[in-house]
Amino acid sequence: MARGHHDVGGLPGAGPIDQTEYQLSDWEVLADAVNQALGAKGIKRTDEMRRAREEMDSAAYRDMTYYERWIASIEAILIEKNILTKDEIDRKLREFDAKWGEP
Amino acid sequence: MGRTLNAEVGKFKPGDRVTVKFEDRPGHLRTPWYIRGKTGWIERVHGEFLNPESLAYGRDGLPKKTLYLVAFNQSDIWGRTNNADKLLVDIYEHWLDPAGN
Amino acid sequence: MTTATTEHGHDHPKHELSPCARRIYAIRDLLLEKGVITEKDIQCQIDYQEARSPANGAKLVARAWVDAAFKERFVADPKAACAEMGIDASAINEFVVLENTERVRHMVVCTLCSCYPRPILGRPPDWYKSFNYRQRSVADPRGVMREFGLELPDDVEVRVHDSTADIRYLVLPVRPAGTEGWSEADLAKLVTRDSMIGVMDPLPAIPE
Repeated sequence: MARGHHDVGGLPGAGPIDQTEYQLSDWEVLADAVNQALGAKGIKRTDEMRRAREEMDSAAYRDMTYYERWIASIEAILIEKNILTKDEIDRKLREFDAKWGEP
Repeated sequence: MGRTLNAEVGKFKPGDRVTVKFEDRPGHLRTPWYIRGKTGWIERVHGEFLNPESLAYGRDGLPKKTLYLVAFNQSDIWGRTNNADKLLVDIYEHWLDPAGN
Repeated sequence: MTTATTEHGHDHPKHELSPCARRIYAIRDLLLEKGVITEKDIQCQIDYQEARSPANGAKLVARAWVDAAFKERFVADPKAACAEMGIDASAINEFVVLENTERVRHMVVCTLCSCYPRPILGRPPDWYKSFNYRQRSVADPRGVMREFGLELPDDVEVRVHDSTADIRYLVLPVRPAGTEGWSEADLAKLVTRDSMIGVMDPLPAIPE
């Protein structure tokens, strides 16, 4: 069992800290709110979300941004709990494309 | 240190020297890799909390585990500083053994 | 917004709507259709988060600086002290205040994910969530502080807290010199978010 990709304390090779302040995009505010709402309803726990992110593909974990990882773990846990399926989500996205055109 | 009253639970008391287990098992573990196998001392007894290793898989997190604030000398962790700086980590009781000698 | 990458991968945050990011809109719509959550549930969370910012923490710190008895209560039972000031810290399971002194400075990180006292300070800054901060803060806190403009002598002890569990930490910074007689409101302006995370000291008093 190797060290998890999330377990980064003390790993060498880190660079300077980018202190730029960023405004959250609408989709990030939404991801944050959906996550909190699911928690408030007792549908998922933060511990489950963390575990889902630890189970992600390691390359994806490093490449994705913070809220992209949240969305991936929200999806993984909702599928695990049989609340949504991947097909439903994919289908919904195709509906968006049909309605508004591909992004 | 906030909440100067230590919780009256658990087998370790402030000041006790402890060594973090070097376990390598799968699952959702909240003991960072860099601290495993290291020796420090109990700084505070936080109290009893549901076990995240169980909660992460949709289980009930029982039985509760005693959570400690464990302090380490930075020099003992990384070996390269010789100042008095400290590193403090919140660690569950089942990850701690009494330090040898 | 820049999307520069480093040799170590993408540690510059990207906030554009990627294919992965779009999925949240599909997820949201499906959850609403199935009645799992409501629009109101979502808005409630947005409002809750908008109401939380470093200004809350600054108020608590400024009060602690002027009122020694409040400071004692704040350190001994932070959630109760927050309630006194109308700040809702109930979502924090266990709240610990770390008091800086002339001889000791604290710094807070969550190396495993990015735990942060959100009910008090609001959302964490991007840098707090970055791999560089998570990797370096436990091994080289003085180097990190230096980047934020804080250079500490060797006889000051640096204590880094890795918040790996349900404890949420807030640093109570040292009151800047030359602020005797200042109002709480003016003192609060010196208390930056970053000084409550511990990577820097509060702003200095500007001489009259």
